[in-house]
Amino acid sequence: MITEKRIALKNVGKYNVSDINEYLKIGGYKNVEKALRINPNEIIDLIIDAKLRGRGGAGFPTGLKNKFTNQAVCERCIQKFLVCNADEGEPGTFKDRIIMEQDPHALLEGMIIAAYAIGATKGYIYIRGEYTESVRMLRIAVQQASEKGFLGKNIFNSGFDFGIEIKLGAGSYLCGEELTLLESIEGKRGYPRIKPPFPAEKGLFGMPTLINNVETFSHLPYIIEYGAEHYRAMGTPNSPGTKIFTISGDVNKPGYYETTLGITLRQLIYDFGGGIKNNKNIKAVLLGGAAGTFVDESVLDTPMGYDTLKEKGAVLGSGAIMVLSEDRSVFDMAYSVLEFFKHESCGKCVPCRIGTTQLVRLMNEAKNNSGNRKEILNQLIYEADYMAKNSLCPLGQSPIMPLRSIKQFFENQF
Amino acid sequence: MDTMAVLKEFKPEKDNMLNILHAIQNNNPQNYLTTEDIKLVASYLNTTYSAVYGVVKYYSMFSVKPRGKYVIRVCKSPVCHMVSTKTIIDEIKNNIGIGIGETSNDLLFTLESSECLGHCAKAPVMMINDKVYKELDALKIKNIFQSIRMNEQNK
Repeated sequence: MITEKRIALKNVGKYNVSDINEYLKIGGYKNVEKALRINPNEIIDLIIDAKLRGRGGAGFPTGLKNKFTNQAVCERCIQKFLVCNADEGEPGTFKDRIIMEQDPHALLEGMIIAAYAIGATKGYIYIRGEYTESVRMLRIAVQQASEKGFLGKNIFNSGFDFGIEIKLGAGSYLCGEELTLLESIEGKRGYPRIKPPFPAEKGLFGMPTLINNVETFSHLPYIIEYGAEHYRAMGTPNSPGTKIFTISGDVNKPGYYETTLGITLRQLIYDFGGGIKNNKNIKAVLLGGAAGTFVDESVLDTPMGYDTLKEKGAVLGSGAIMVLSEDRSVFDMAYSVLEFFKHESCGKCVPCRIGTTQLVRLMNEAKNNSGNRKEILNQLIYEADYMAKNSLCPLGQSPIMPLRSIKQFFENQF
Repeated sequence: MDTMAVLKEFKPEKDNMLNILHAIQNNNPQNYLTTEDIKLVASYLNTTYSAVYGVVKYYSMFSVKPRGKYVIRVCKSPVCHMVSTKTIIDEIKNNIGIGIGETSNDLLFTLESSECLGHCAKAPVMMINDKVYKELDALKIKNIFQSIRMNEQNK
């Protein structure tokens, strides 16, 4: 029987979240103390060596991001910032919510370690406004950590100062995109910025900024404790470590499961997810959220990793696994996904603003004229491809992914 | 509490914009931001009315129109959609008589749809103000609104 391997969720259920003393009894903040005695550059090397990749979806090497931000130099840079992206809005994804609600201190620990490594003195956690319980738990955690001196001046007598502020989003999926998120923290509309410059160079208020996802930060205390080699030994060579998968849809045991990368989709769905409801067959799995890919049974035995899935035309993304049984319609799900993009397009750049509307219009056409659907699918892909090539930010670049995967796996069922 | 008192709880810095707007809106029993609120925020943060108004209109959680005491947000993201968003919205309509985007005449409820609320393992879900309601069905929806109505009558 396959079991979970928990890193980001290591302490979930093991302490009363609103009492930091309980957390300290199970070894809380000892890894921060350990980290603050190491040279910051050594911590960055450790993260690079562990080959940790961003758990928000893009899978960029975390250590390199740290290094770039650490090395950033500019004349007017009076301060560096650390930002935690907790604007979890990718449909089908709720891993960060579990961390924030049930082990917020692991996130704070990871943030303190990262801030020390890059030399940031101020940190922000940007949480979507709908996550009211996460906000509540994090506020308690930040306050208690401050009272204990884990946040504030001269943490563990290291001479290092660091404070965290919590900022609320207000219902914009796009603000989960890192540069848009920075605009939002600055009190502006959530419009993406042109990049480069990247945040490591010019981020929040024009200062060098490191932005990582909640789950990514939560891996840092573990890496400090056990070292890079131990971490790298889990998972696959290109995608080491663990990942939280959130399984939803037509499975018997939907929920969140953290396990080493390299596990197969079949194991996730059948061993963790308890198989398909009413013993039905799988029709499709939407992997990675709306900005993800539909796959069929041929991908069930592919090891889950950033590169292994890419080879099959799929993505790991945020770890969302939405399962559709044989009774469901891929077309209907695609419709919902494209409507989502239309609603969330900010309207700053034309290809996305008009493109997302056009995609829904084409879907309506397909709905009303089923004989012509194959041609419409080609048209959808043509438009989405144009958007991907000409849009400023990942939102406009995303609809091509589900559409292309439909063409690859479900052309006959569209 | 008046708007000014809410404002004073925050430092007059632009990165407090969204937190301030949330606090003012939550402080209004009708769950919205008035023109006067927006003007006050603009002057407090030393920015223009249009800049604040633009922010308010951009983010879907803010409203410039009065809403009900209970703002209902039904998740319509793919997983909830697949399971039954439409039935849920119909069921809510059966109970409180309003559709998406509408406010009930007694100013008790406003019904909105929302993107993924992050409770996909317990779809379909909705939020009423700060509280999440999961694994909804007709009976649960009926009970939820019945208990809200009872609470209101007993006040």
